[in-house]
Amino acid sequence: MLDAKIPAGPLAEKWTEYKGHCKLVNPSNKRKLEVIVVGTGLAGASAAASLGELGYQVKAFCFQDSPRRAHSIAAQGGINAAKNYQNDGDSIYRLFYDTIKGGDYRAREANVHRLAEVSGNIIDQCVAQGVPFAREYGGLLSNRSFGGTQVQRTFYAAGQTGQQLLIGAYQALERQVALGTVKMYSRHEMLELVVIDGKARGIIARNLVTGELERHFGHAVLLCTGGYGNVFYLSTNAMGSNVTAAWKAHRNGAYFANPCFTQIHPTCIPVSGDHQSKLTLMSESLRNDGRIWVPAQKNDNRKATDIPENERDYYLERRYPAFGNLVPRDVASRAAKERCDEGYGVGTSKQAVYLDFADAIVRYGKIEMGKDGRNDASKEEIIARGKEVVKEKYGNLFDMYEKITGENPYEVPMRIYPAVHYTMGGLWVDYELQTTIPGLYALGEANFSDHGANRLGASALMQGLADGYFVVPYTLGNNLADEIYNKPVSTDHPAFEAAEKKVQDRINTLMSIQGKQTVESFHKRLGKIIWNECGMARSESGLKQAIADVQALKKEFWSDVKIPGIVNGMNPELDKANRVADFIELGELMCIDALNRNESCGGHFRVEYQTPDGEALRDDANYMYVAAWEFKQEHDWQLHKESLVYDVIKPTQRNYK
Amino acid sequence: MEHYHMNLNLKVWRQPNSKTPGAFKLYRVENISSEMSFLEMFDVLNEQLIRDGEDPITFDHDCREGICGACSMYINGKPHGPWSANTTCQLHMRAFQDGDTIVVEPWRANSFPIIKDLMVDRSAFDRIIQAGGYISVNTGNAVDGNALPIPKDHADNAFAAAMCIGCGACVAACKNSSAMLFLSAKVSHLALLPQGDPERSNRVVNMVAQMDKEGFGACTNTGACEAACPKEISIANIARLNKEYLSAVLTSE
Repeated sequence: MLDAKIPAGPLAEKWTEYKGHCKLVNPSNKRKLEVIVVGTGLAGASAAASLGELGYQVKAFCFQDSPRRAHSIAAQGGINAAKNYQNDGDSIYRLFYDTIKGGDYRAREANVHRLAEVSGNIIDQCVAQGVPFAREYGGLLSNRSFGGTQVQRTFYAAGQTGQQLLIGAYQALERQVALGTVKMYSRHEMLELVVIDGKARGIIARNLVTGELERHFGHAVLLCTGGYGNVFYLSTNAMGSNVTAAWKAHRNGAYFANPCFTQIHPTCIPVSGDHQSKLTLMSESLRNDGRIWVPAQKNDNRKATDIPENERDYYLERRYPAFGNLVPRDVASRAAKERCDEGYGVGTSKQAVYLDFADAIVRYGKIEMGKDGRNDASKEEIIARGKEVVKEKYGNLFDMYEKITGENPYEVPMRIYPAVHYTMGGLWVDYELQTTIPGLYALGEANFSDHGANRLGASALMQGLADGYFVVPYTLGNNLADEIYNKPVSTDHPAFEAAEKKVQDRINTLMSIQGKQTVESFHKRLGKIIWNECGMARSESGLKQAIADVQALKKEFWSDVKIPGIVNGMNPELDKANRVADFIELGELMCIDALNRNESCGGHFRVEYQTPDGEALRDDANYMYVAAWEFKQEHDWQLHKESLVYDVIKPTQRNYK
Repeated sequence: MEHYHMNLNLKVWRQPNSKTPGAFKLYRVENISSEMSFLEMFDVLNEQLIRDGEDPITFDHDCREGICGACSMYINGKPHGPWSANTTCQLHMRAFQDGDTIVVEPWRANSFPIIKDLMVDRSAFDRIIQAGGYISVNTGNAVDGNALPIPKDHADNAFAAAMCIGCGACVAACKNSSAMLFLSAKVSHLALLPQGDPERSNRVVNMVAQMDKEGFGACTNTGACEAACPKEISIANIARLNKEYLSAVLTSE
């Protein structure tokens, strides 16, 4: 059994207790301690900035040309916080409860409670940094609803909340760069972890411009490298998002937890053809106002606007009257798949459902006209005003939709379909966010800890910033307090030499294959296998087949991949090959994990385990644990369990009806 | 929306690095779907080049949904191509017709040296932010988020400026390679908020100094930057920047 080192005491007091007793490092010693932060998204930028402010010597790495481009920037809808500004019954407990329930009782209580506790501080911090959140006319912060909750606790900046939060963290980071506490290495990719005497002591990074391999020492290493959704090839992740840094940690001894817990987001723009390189999310915030429906009769080829109200099936409102269109993502995605599989899908591919704003436009138009005392307004006038309101709320999302599809969503309903969006699984961490390798931490989406088997909307931004701003500055200090006696290890140490050689050898091997198939073609094939068998519905036979297929693909990759270009210089194809090679190994582990978990929970839906009305059927007696996998050798992992103890919340079957 | 397929000629700038001179090279791509994005068309071309044993074309790209600011192609004489309020990654092939010849260049500006092909070095933008594009507040210092009401229009205007994605299209569009729109967006964002007030004078002076040090050109208010900006950052921000700068230098001790 794995020990998560959860502090003793009542749940609501654990974090306060911890902070009151954790070890501290005095300012003059902080200056002597070096910390490596890999990744500069919300978790990485906030951690690097906060640690720099504290006085540590920080080195931050990102593969993009600037830390501001990390994929957190693309998060749209918002960030949750238990502020209860709306007086609608919110509290720390309720945010904690919603998150645990949303995660289908597969998250760790102590971590989630801490997350809810610091959620309010995040909003305060961001406002202080100048993040321009949406405000009401009185000048106070505005909120909206997200899935899986019945209160309005989501703070937002139009459909660009992630951008604004990341720019806030990026500016804090650049301030530290200017002050000299953080040294920034952009266009660098971590390709190996250096472990000395059982402790993480540094990394090997490739300078993506020159191709040079560099050795960097750190008293601790923080991986803030995001999720692994690109294992599916098609996802809402950025093209460069990858698992490589986390995978190197895993191969060096860090356990990988719940890899099969992946989130399929219900509202994305559907795939249009084989050329597709990525998918685009349409924010969950749209479900505040949009209504999801399909035609009530199968294979209905009429235009959406020609289908009368009584021939439409608002299936979420029908199946889940209490939460309606705001059920959690896993539930909404499965419901869309079910309708399409049954033949009710729309569009040319029939793999889509409608997200319709017609009602909302009229509703808002009437409100605005009412404010002006215009009770005589014509239908056209109402619609025109309503469109203005919708534009202010979701304008950038509607524009994006129109650019991609060529259709105007103010006039015709959007066509949407579920797509891979987020990964709840990740490196196993204890309460302090430390992995099973001492000195190695994982923050944000890169760890597994807070979202269980399904993440609620607007909680990823919250977790990334909680980890970086408010958790790791304490927990890292608690461990670095014992490091003050340890001088930096020279990068001439044999462990650095060996790690660099390992990377060099792998690159040389990859480049020497000179086969016939491109990296991209392998990635696409991997994605198809994982999407079909380890996507929205999983079965024992399908997963067994997928494991065999992925193993065969790996063999083929290492004997027939074709990588052009040079080693000692810029070579994006080589970078991509390094990432795809790791995705292939991860894909196998995901299937193994999904096969091991003989239950359905959250986003993990095993067709063998469902309730009579098609909901996920958990098996708490046998699977109420975190599955943490230890890498032994190729195709061989050992399962370690962390049992989940619910002291405060009593797990029940999730009910959104 | 009707879909169609097309064959295209591409004239693409190829340059191995900043020190070696570059040149246009001609390519042909066939059977391109009007539903593809512009970068997906480049993916097709690169796959073709790899199979033919040639060096694929290097370009910056990441989110492919118009928000990260990485993509940066100068297409048929316009940054990010023919559509307005758009990034290269969100440009779709229905903007083109069968038989078209498309010219693709990198951003052209001395302060954005070419790294390879269509990829340039925009780290000057990061250094401008380092010079003062932030509010100096350490983690943990904040008061309650609602302690200080901010008029909605101030917050909205600050947000409109803060939408800048730092892509550099404004610089690429400007005949002087001026970075004024980029800089003014950040100065405006922070000057419009009460939290940004204490540092407003030093901020604008230091950021302008850094911009000059990086070698960006002067602004002559032609508005080419605003027209090219994928996020429609208003040139009014430059007026605000000038006002901020003027009052900062006139009131300095």
